[in-house]
Order: sequence, then C-alpha cells, then structure tokens
Amino acid sequence: MSLPGRATYPEGRELAQVVAGRHRRGTIFKLTFLAALMLAVIALLTLLLQVIDSSFGYVALQNEVQPRELVASLGYGEDVDLVDLSKADLVVLLQQTISNNVGRRLERDQRFFDDRLVFENESKYVELCAGAEPVPGCSATARDQPGVYQLVVERVVQPTVLQTWTLLESVFSRGDIHAEAAAEYPQADLVFRSWVSGRFLVSPQAPDPAVAGVRTAVLGSLWIVAITLLFSFPVGVGAAIYLEEYASDNRLNRLIQTNINNLAGVPSIIYGMLGLAIFVRALEGFSSGAFFGVGGAGATTNGRTIVAAGLTLGLLILPIIIINAQEAIRAVPRSLRQAGMALGATKWQTTRAHVLPSALPGILTGTILAVARALGETAPLVVVGASTFITTDPSGPFSKFTALPIQIYQWTSRPQDEFRNIAAAAIIVLLVMLLTLNATAVILRNRYARRV
Amino acid sequence: MATDASTVGDARAASLKKRARPVEMLIQGFLFVAAAISIVVTIGIVYELGKEALLFFQSEDVTLGEFFSSTTWQPAILDFGIWPLVIATVMVSVIAMLVALPVGLATAIYLSEYASERSRGILKPILEVLAGIPTVVYGYFALTFMTPLLRSILGDGVVEIFNDASAGIVVGILIVPLVSSMAEDALHAVPMSLREAAHALGATKLETSVRIVLPAALSGIAAAFVVAISRAIGETMVVAIAAGAGPKNFTLGEDSLFGHILNPFVAGETMTGHIVRISGGDLSYDSIDYNSIFAIGLTLFLITLVLNMLSRRFVARFREVYE
Repeated sequence: MSLPGRATYPEGRELAQVVAGRHRRGTIFKLTFLAALMLAVIALLTLLLQVIDSSFGYVALQNEVQPRELVASLGYGEDVDLVDLSKADLVVLLQQTISNNVGRRLERDQRFFDDRLVFENESKYVELCAGAEPVPGCSATARDQPGVYQLVVERVVQPTVLQTWTLLESVFSRGDIHAEAAAEYPQADLVFRSWVSGRFLVSPQAPDPAVAGVRTAVLGSLWIVAITLLFSFPVGVGAAIYLEEYASDNRLNRLIQTNINNLAGVPSIIYGMLGLAIFVRALEGFSSGAFFGVGGAGATTNGRTIVAAGLTLGLLILPIIIINAQEAIRAVPRSLRQAGMALGATKWQTTRAHVLPSALPGILTGTILAVARALGETAPLVVVGASTFITTDPSGPFSKFTALPIQIYQWTSRPQDEFRNIAAAAIIVLLVMLLTLNATAVILRNRYARRV
Repeated sequence: MATDASTVGDARAASLKKRARPVEMLIQGFLFVAAAISIVVTIGIVYELGKEALLFFQSEDVTLGEFFSSTTWQPAILDFGIWPLVIATVMVSVIAMLVALPVGLATAIYLSEYASERSRGILKPILEVLAGIPTVVYGYFALTFMTPLLRSILGDGVVEIFNDASAGIVVGILIVPLVSSMAEDALHAVPMSLREAAHALGATKLETSVRIVLPAALSGIAAAFVVAISRAIGETMVVAIAAGAGPKNFTLGEDSLFGHILNPFVAGETMTGHIVRISGGDLSYDSIDYNSIFAIGLTLFLITLVLNMLSRRFVARFREVYE
C-alpha cells in the first residue's frame, strides 16, 4: 500500500505482491469473521447437546420393594406394570404399607376418592370440614392416578438413585457402566432412563428426583402467563394505538415514548422488586384474594400469589408489547386511514375497522414473542416469592405458585447429580413450549407477509 | 354551483364538529391511560426503590459512608459495604464484554457484508434461537458445562466450583445475539453507494468493511455495546446459579489483589445474584435485609438507566446522515 507523501506507486511485480497481500489479509479476516459466527452456532449446539446429554442415560436404581412383587401381590401377571394399575389397586398397595396416621395426613391434604374415604373416619372428616380451619382436602378434587402412582413409588417402592450416567457415557462406554454398576451396586437395577417422559409431565413435584414431575410447575407457568396476557395485551395495544394514532407531538407524549423505550432496558429483577413492593406487599389484600373472600385449598395468607406474579410479568413485557404493536400499526399504509376518514368515519371507527385489522397479525406476532419472554423469566418470580416446594396444583389466581423456570433453577442449584438430570428434562419441556410459541409467531408472520 | 356545494360542506363540517362524541372521548381517555401506565410504572420503580433504600440508609446500623467505603458485605453482623458486590458485577460484565463484543461484532460484519442472502436466511434464525433461550437455561449451561470445562483446562485447584469467570463467559455468549443484531442493523443502514465508491477506488472487501462501513455505522455499534453492558450488569440467573452464593469480602492490603480480590476463578456474588438469594428465602418486610436489597436494586436501576439513555444519545447525536 502506498505511504502518504510517497511520490511513486508500486508497479509490476511489486504491485502484484501488494495486491496479493491485501487479498490474503481479506481472506484471513473473512475466515475470522466466519469463525466468530461459527463460535456462536457451536455455543448453541453445545448448550442443546448438554441438555439432551443429561436428559437420558443409565441409572443405578435401588428399590426397597420391587414393583414386580407388588403387582404380583395383587394377583396380576408378568405383563402388567405398576404404572398401568388402576387408582383403586394403587390405593390398596398404599394401605398395605403406610401407617394409618400417615394415610390420614395424606387424605387431609387431598382425598383419594371423591365418594369415599380410605384412612380417615367419615364423621371426623365432615367435622373437620365444618370447623373453623378446614383442611385442604375438603375443597380440592381427589387425587388422580398419576398422583397416587407417585405416592406408591415414593412410599412403597422407595427407589434410591445411586448413580446416573449421561447419554454420551451410556452410548460410548456401555460395557464399563455395566461392569461398574455390577461391582459397586450389586443390589441395584441398572436401567436406561429417559428423564423427560409422559410420567414426568403429569407427575406433581416431589422431593425424590426419581418420581418428581413438572405438572405443578407447568400449570403454574400457564396460569401466570394467562394473567400476564390478560393485563398486558389490552393495555399494551391501547398504549400503542394512542401513541401512533392519537398522540400529538407534544412534550408529554414524547416523554411517554422515551420512557417506554427506557423501560424496555430495565433489568427484569428490578420489575421483580417492584412487584414485591407493590403487588405482594402494598396490595396484599387484593393479591392474596382476601379482598374477594377467596380462601380454601392452596390459598395463602400473604400476597405471594399467581396474580402478583402475573401482574409483575405483565409490567415487564408491557414495553415490549407496546413497541412491537407500534411498529405493526406504523406499517399500515396512510391511504387506509385516509380512505376511512374520507368516508366520514371517526378516528376511532377508522382505527377499529381499518388500522387494527391490518395491523393485527403484526401485533399478535409481537405479543407471542413477548409471552415467550415472560414464560422463561425466572428472576422476577424468585423475588416476588415463588414457593420453593408445593405439590398441589394451583387452584386459581390467588393460590401460591411455582413455575417451570423456578423449578429448573431450584433443581439446578441442588448438588446431587440426579437433580441435574431432572433439571435438564424440565429445560427440554420449557424449550419445547417456547419453540411452539415461536413457531406460531413465525407462521403468523409468514402468512401475513404473503398477503401484503 | 361549486361554491354552493362547498358552503353546504362547510356548514355540515361545522355541525359535525360541534357534536360531542362521548364514546370516542371515553375510548381516547382509556388509550391515554394505557399509555400513561408506563409513566406510572417508572414512578413506581423509583418511588418504591427510593423509599426502601431511604429506610435502609436511615437505619442506625448503616451509614452512607460505610455503604461506599466498607469492603465487606455481611448482613448477619450488620456490615454493609457495597464493594464486594460491585466488583463481582463489574468483573462478570467485563468478562462477558470480552466475549460478546468481538464475537458479536465479527458476526455482524460477516452477516452484513459477506454472507449470501441464503446463508443469512439460515444463520440469522440460529442467532434468534440463541437470543430466545431463557437465562436460567444459560445458568444451567454455565454450571454443568462451562465450569467443568474451565476446571479441566486450568485445574481444580485454580478454579472453584462457583466462579465469576464461568458466569461471565456464559453471560457473554448470551449477549452475542443482542450485539450482533444491533450492530448488523447499524451496518445495514449504511448506504450501498459508500461501498460501491470504495470498491470503485480499488478497495478490497475487507478494506471497505473495516475502513468505510464500520466508521459510518459507529454510532449504532457504540449504542449496541452500551446496551450490551447494561444487559450484562442486569443479568441475574446465570450469576445466581454459577457465580457463588456469598459476597467475596476482602480487606484492602491484606488480601492479594489478583489472588483474591480480582481473581475471576473464585466465588463472588454479584448485586443481582445477592438480590435473588436474599429474596428467595421467606423475607420478612421491614427487616434490614429486605431494605438492603432495595438499596442494591436502586444502584442497579440507576446504572442501567444511565447506560440505556447514553446508548440512545449515541444514536441520536453521532449518527452520520447520508442523503
């Protein structure tokens, strides 16, 4: 390359060398840029691989009682599994093992059958329910088969996870694992286990990773997202309509716009603290449901409820929804509005009948992406006060809650390996839910793009 | 004839204007309230954080001087010095930036200047997926993959199970999509004519990208960097899971600077990590712990607010305008 002030420029061979050098540098840097991009792709693949790797693999399980013996004790054949037994059969197994006291406690939490009691005395139960502090079982629906199965596994079979292996280990050093398990845990069964399974989805939370599931957490997440959406969709779209269609360019409206942009950059944990101070503490009477006279199963006396969590996340995604909806509304051609106005429609009539329908796909796409963000949020929920351990399904907006990301956080924080496995399984469940939402958004966007 | 029609039109317009439209007014009122909620939220954040933080500083166990000068944060013995938490936050953010800025910028240059339309169509969604993964999953990744990786490279003696380096690297990975998409937008906005002019003068693609396009897009790229820093400082779950569950207290002069205070391979709780850990338990209101997290939260909010406003100013002030 030429130096400043140089009188002559390279020619001939020298020129060719300089040009070749410049091109070489170009190629090197191009490869560097590509490598950076590949690094990002590799990071994603590694992350997914790591999750999948922990979700499947060999497990050394030791049971107190073999499930096969239990099935046989009820007179069933070899081909029947414990999982397939009816609820009534499972309750019989429970009755054989657990003490009456434990059974009564379980029944007070949640009944086994709607029409009869197994451990508790009928008149005593009626008395309990009529008393000042009715037990949760009075209002909750009876346990279902997965719930009772989980109890049987937990209380009767009592499996202990001795060691787990990852998928890669299970595939590539199968022989070693078999040898190791045989040498170290002669009593244990070595089984290949998929930690994410139908059972995992429908089982409630439990202290034992071998039987724990994510039903409580998934239902909690869905409840929270529903509340979030109920609040932030109308408000967010309303704000976007105001800013795009009504607001004149004055100082107040500019302030609102700047403020919304800034709110989008506030860390999510700050929203959690806002939620804690306002929805949980200041509005405790409302968020605990006491204001509406709601009580009963799963209700709490404090404001750490689904409503508080949902509204907190609602505030969190509000700026995202507003900004996305604004963009969608702005993309609607002027001519549509002018046509409406020219026909004598009022501003609101034009907005409702012309602008909103053509902006709707864009608004919905933005909303779905915002909901996906809310579904994965963890920090604000921890601050608002997600319960660390609940096994009963949320019964309504005023019950205490846990959510899928919270569950992942808690399981990941446990030191034992088998909790890592169920954390990975829960991550897969969460990612599948997010993928579904995102795919919906993409389909919506594509369909919309084709029409215009 | 024409004048007649227009007078009739004017009269009709005047009569239309006079008619009150209560429903329209009501709707407009609702829409305005919806928009104004964002202002209420901001005021709420500032008020609540400020109020609780004020209670914290008014408490007789804390002084503002101690908050900004003490190098230990031990609520149990009423020792509240913000520095251990701030240092950990800065360290995680710096490590994250060291990962995210070069990788994000290089990715943006490749996507904007080099990639064909087809490969862009494949690569951009991958980055979007990376951006859509919840941070708690990244936390899992940091603890179960990055930490063991660092330990196997540098040795178990050097790297603790919970450490700021692993959290920082993963936060960096998490921010790459943010940096790359914002920087790519900035690069994309540079007019084609600039590139064509450079090519016409005989510049190679690299020279065009680095010396012409990059400087022209500098304001947008700077904005991306600032937003990325604010994101790294506010990131919570990764550090809550992987960076350790206790502030890295130190005594100036006694603890070695690089062996302990600025050592990224030992556990050190960040501001956000501390808030999550303290509020994860059943926190009783009006306790000093409860108030202390609001003081930290206020610090955090102000830092990120300033950074975000700075980024917006960058874009507005230094944007090159091409006709």
